[in-house]
Amino acid sequence: MRDATAAAPAAPTGLARQLRALGSIRAPLDRRVGTALALVGLLAPLLAWLLVTLYASVNKVFLPGPGDVALRLWHWWSEDNLSADIGISVFRVVAGWALSALIAVPLGLLIGTYRSVQALLEPLTDFIRYMPAVAFIPLVMLWIGIDESSKVAIIFIGTFFQMVLMVAEDVRRVPMAQIEAAQTMGATRGEILEQVIFASARPALLDTLRVTMGWAWTYLVVAELVAANSGLGYAIIKAQRFLQTDKIFAGILLIGAIGLAIDQAFRLAHRMAFPWLHAGDRR
Amino acid sequence: MTPAPLVQCLGVGKTFAARPAPITALSAVDLQVQDGEFVTIVGASGCGKSTLLRAIGGLEGFDSGRILVEGRAVRGPGPDRAMVFQNYSLYPWLTVTQNIRFTRRLAAHTAGRTSASVESALGRCDALLRLMGLQHVAQAHPNQLSGGMQQRVAIARALQGRPRILLMDEPFGALDAQTREVMHDLILHVSELERSTVIFVTHDVEEAIYLGKRVVLMAPRPGRIDSVYDVPLPAHRSQDMKQAPEFLALRRTILDRIRATAGMKTDLDLLQQLSGLSAL
Repeated sequence: MRDATAAAPAAPTGLARQLRALGSIRAPLDRRVGTALALVGLLAPLLAWLLVTLYASVNKVFLPGPGDVALRLWHWWSEDNLSADIGISVFRVVAGWALSALIAVPLGLLIGTYRSVQALLEPLTDFIRYMPAVAFIPLVMLWIGIDESSKVAIIFIGTFFQMVLMVAEDVRRVPMAQIEAAQTMGATRGEILEQVIFASARPALLDTLRVTMGWAWTYLVVAELVAANSGLGYAIIKAQRFLQTDKIFAGILLIGAIGLAIDQAFRLAHRMAFPWLHAGDRR
Repeated sequence: MTPAPLVQCLGVGKTFAARPAPITALSAVDLQVQDGEFVTIVGASGCGKSTLLRAIGGLEGFDSGRILVEGRAVRGPGPDRAMVFQNYSLYPWLTVTQNIRFTRRLAAHTAGRTSASVESALGRCDALLRLMGLQHVAQAHPNQLSGGMQQRVAIARALQGRPRILLMDEPFGALDAQTREVMHDLILHVSELERSTVIFVTHDVEEAIYLGKRVVLMAPRPGRIDSVYDVPLPAHRSQDMKQAPEFLALRRTILDRIRATAGMKTDLDLLQQLSGLSAL
C-alpha cells in the first residue's frame, strides 16, 4: 500500500510561503515582515537621497545631503532655539485642531442625526470648504489681528469645515438597526444620541480626528505667513528668503516626523480605547 | 367570551410615494393576535410583512386604520414591544452581558429603581444567559461570536425588559440552515417558558409553519393579508414533525398560494422560454 502523503508535494517552507503571501490579494501579513517593509519604505528614499548627493555632482543649494541637513538641525537646536519653534508650532496646530474638534464633533453629530440640521447646514459647509484657507489671511488679519489667535484661526479655517462633514458621515454610518433596537427598548432621544449614536461612532470619530490632525499640520506654513516670528513654518519661510535649502529640508522633515509621531499616538490610543476592534490584530 | 386580543390591527393602510405610481405597502390590514400566541407572517418580497411588523413596533408610521396594543393606540416605539432584527443591532462596544443589560442604562427602565429591582434585573440577565446558552461568552464582545450566537444575544436583550410582545423581523434570515434549526427549537422553548407573545416575520415557509401556531400569508401589490392558516400540529414541536403529512400538505398549500399571489408566473414563463430556446 502506498503512503498517500508521500506523494504530496513538500509543504512550502516558511520563507517561500511568506514570499507568496506578499503578492496575495488582501492576505494577512506577518507582523515582522510588515515592520521590515515599513522600514524599507522609509529608509530606501533616504538612501537614494544620500547616494544622489554623494555621487552626482549636485549644487548644495539645490539639493543638500542628509549630512548637511543633520548638521543644520544640530545648529538649529543648539544655537537657534529649535525647541521653541517646535513648541509654538505644535501649540498652534493642536489649538486650531482642538478648537475645530470642539465645535465640529457636536455639530457633525447633529447633522448626521437630524435631516433638518443636515438640510440647513450641509450645503453651507460644502460651499465654504472649497474656499482656499490662504485667501482668508488678509481677512483674518483684519478681523482678528496679528497675534497668536490669528494663526490658530487659519488652522481652524483649514480644518473645521472638512471635519464637520467627516464627523457627520461617521455618524450616518451608525447602523439604523442599532438605533431602532434602542427605540424598542424605550430609549429617549437624548439617550439614543449619547448611548447609541455617539458611542457607536466613537472609533470612526477618533480616526477622523487623526486624519484631520494631519490636515491641520499642512496648514501650519500658511498660518505662520501671518506676521509670525517663530515656529517651524516661519523658519521655512525665512530660510527660503536666504536660500538656506538645508534648513528648508530640516523644517519639512521635522514637520513630517512630528506628524508621524502624532499619527502613531492616535493609532495607539485607538487600540487602547477600542480593544474589541483590535482583538484579531494580536498574532 | 374570549379576552380582548393583545394586538389589534384595524384596517391599517400605508402608501409610499414613488415613481411612476405610488406603492400601496399595506391595504386595509386586519390582524388580531392573542396573548401568548406565536404568529408567523410569511409572504413574497414586497408584500408589506416587514412594514406591518415595524408599524406594530412603532418604528414606521401608517396612513389609515388603527393599531392597538393592550387596547392602547400605537404612537411610537416603546419597551412593551421589543424587536429583534436580522442583524447589526447589537452594540459592538459592549460585552454580551452589557448588551443584555442595556435597558438598565435607560430611564424608562430605571425610574423608581430600588435595590430589589436592580437585583431582579441582574438575576434576569443571568437567567437569560443560561436560557440562551450564553454563559461561556458572557464577557465576550459581539464581533467575537458567530452569527447564531449574536442572534441569541439579540433575543436575550429583547427579553430582558419583559416586553408584552416580541417582534421578530427575519431574525434568522442571515444564518445557515443548521444553525437556523437550532435557533427554531431554542426560540420555541424560550417562548414557551416565557409565555411570550411573538409576531415573527419570515420569507421561509417551512420556518413559518414550524414556529407558528397560526401562519398569516401576505401578498404584494397592494400589500395585504391574503389568507390565515391554523397549523395542525401539536403545540410542542419537534424537528421530525417537518416530515408529517399535515406539515407537508400545509407547506404545499402555502407555497402554491405564494406563487399564485406573487406574480411569479411571468418569471416561470420566461424560464420556459429560455429553456425552449436552448433546446433549439
